[in-house]
Amino acid sequence: MDLMTEITIFVLAVFVGFEVISKVPTTLHTPLMSQTNAIHGIVMLGGLIVLGFADDGLEYVIGTIAVAFGAINIVGGFMVTDRMLGMFSKKPKPKAETDGKGS
Amino acid sequence: MVRAVLEPGGDAATALYIVAFSLFIVGIKQGTHPTTAKRGNLVAAGGMAVAVVTTLLLDGMGNWGLIALGLGVGTAVGVIASVRVQMTEMPQMVALYNGVGGGAVALIAWAEIRHGISEIDHGTIASIPLDTLIPILFAGVVGSVSFWGSNIAFAKLQDLIPTRPLAAPGQQVINAVLVIGIVAACVSIAVGNDDPSQLTFIGILIAAGLLGNLVVLPIGGADMPVVISLLNAFTGLSAAAAGFALDNVALIVAGTLVGSSGTILTMEMATAMNRSVANILFSGFGGAPAGGGSGSTEERPHVSIGAQDAAIKLAYADTVVIVPGYGLAVAQAQHAIKEVADELEKRGVTVNYAIHPVAGRMPGHMNVLLAEADVPYENLKEMEEINPEMARTDVAVVVGANDVTNPAAKTDPDSPIAGMPIIEVNEAQQVIVIKRSLSPGFAGIDNDLFYEPNTSMLFADAKQAAADIAAEIQNL
Repeated sequence: MDLMTEITIFVLAVFVGFEVISKVPTTLHTPLMSQTNAIHGIVMLGGLIVLGFADDGLEYVIGTIAVAFGAINIVGGFMVTDRMLGMFSKKPKPKAETDGKGS
Repeated sequence: MVRAVLEPGGDAATALYIVAFSLFIVGIKQGTHPTTAKRGNLVAAGGMAVAVVTTLLLDGMGNWGLIALGLGVGTAVGVIASVRVQMTEMPQMVALYNGVGGGAVALIAWAEIRHGISEIDHGTIASIPLDTLIPILFAGVVGSVSFWGSNIAFAKLQDLIPTRPLAAPGQQVINAVLVIGIVAACVSIAVGNDDPSQLTFIGILIAAGLLGNLVVLPIGGADMPVVISLLNAFTGLSAAAAGFALDNVALIVAGTLVGSSGTILTMEMATAMNRSVANILFSGFGGAPAGGGSGSTEERPHVSIGAQDAAIKLAYADTVVIVPGYGLAVAQAQHAIKEVADELEKRGVTVNYAIHPVAGRMPGHMNVLLAEADVPYENLKEMEEINPEMARTDVAVVVGANDVTNPAAKTDPDSPIAGMPIIEVNEAQQVIVIKRSLSPGFAGIDNDLFYEPNTSMLFADAKQAAADIAAEIQNL
């Protein structure tokens, strides 16, 4: 890919990122941050590529640590987000606003 | 050995990466709405699975043993940590995950420098083409800042180091010198500093790490969520830069998405706290702890009561509003508080919960905790919804919250928290504050609420106090 194509993609992605976040309810700030945090675990692909094509000792070490870090970021990130959101959907039934549960 | 089928940078691999980042976009979009958020997370995780599998299938990949080792260790740590973590510790967990992501970026940048040199005969850093070298330098610096900054944020939230702002005199100057030094070193590399040992580059990584430490250390614990969110956006951008260096479209798009959506999210969080991001980063919440008008900390008269008195006040009220804060999270008092609410509801008392947007240490923190204790969703009231009701509330119970109830935010224009939206508990007929002491909160300022004539202080651990009150109500 030539540089200008990459920059085009970059600029468009910036705007998509801006647009995709509208008004987020404060309740969802933390889960959403956690989810985007998991998504930048995509750097693990970089680690995989470095390690997959590595051919000297130090690169093996760097690559393995980078892959492990990336995997923690991805797996932990998505799982923690899922746990957070699970807390909200645990009691989904009385969610309807006009539910008559006067408690 | 797995049979590799995809040509690196070829159409098939790129097409699969496009599928992956489309799923990320859908996932983030769904993550902004309460009904679709959980599905959105799964969609994004699916996108990640596609991206990872695609990469593993690239032609020429080797070192499968080490790849398995890295994936295995990382996955195990990620799974164990996220299953074991307490709900109260979620914020620091996010900080930690963000940190390792930044660390991965910095390591990849370093590996790419070495790789770039070894590709060319008698190569040096200067022989790496600039359109690769500049993104590598950016990724290295930002990744390193993010790694160390996140670690400090983690340590602060985990109480490994003091949550109070820690600042040395001349800190801003030191930071500025570091920034200038890092930029100068990067430029020197880019214009052809033929340093064969890569020491300049490693020095840049270390200086950037130091900068990450120094920028986050002076920030008070209350502002940490915004800082973590900002570092999250930084890590995204550094991942995008790594994508430029590796010519990988999935990294470029996903990293940029996180960078820009994370920036918007950071600004929304800061708005909820009525602060600007710049203000948080450069002033430090407790920057002037004694500067506020209510700074006189000598003994002021206050009313102290026990669990029995509190139980009586509550049991004979018609409407009670519970205002939870970080103290509730620390004491793990959410179940005990729910018991109090259950006892009161049995007696026909209406109980609601007032959730300040930044109560706890993360927006949404209190919602998560109370949901864990099975508090019905519709009893959780947002600040705008509950404040008009306050004057008609018989008893407001503040559990481990402090700054978010401080009337000085409205009345004292010189207060460090002036203008911050608060839960107006002082409007209620009576206020009970359950707190371990009169000590100030994160903002480092005294809370006028504690000395109001209609405020009673119940000095105890939140969980113990709630359990005692529930028992006393039963005995009435």
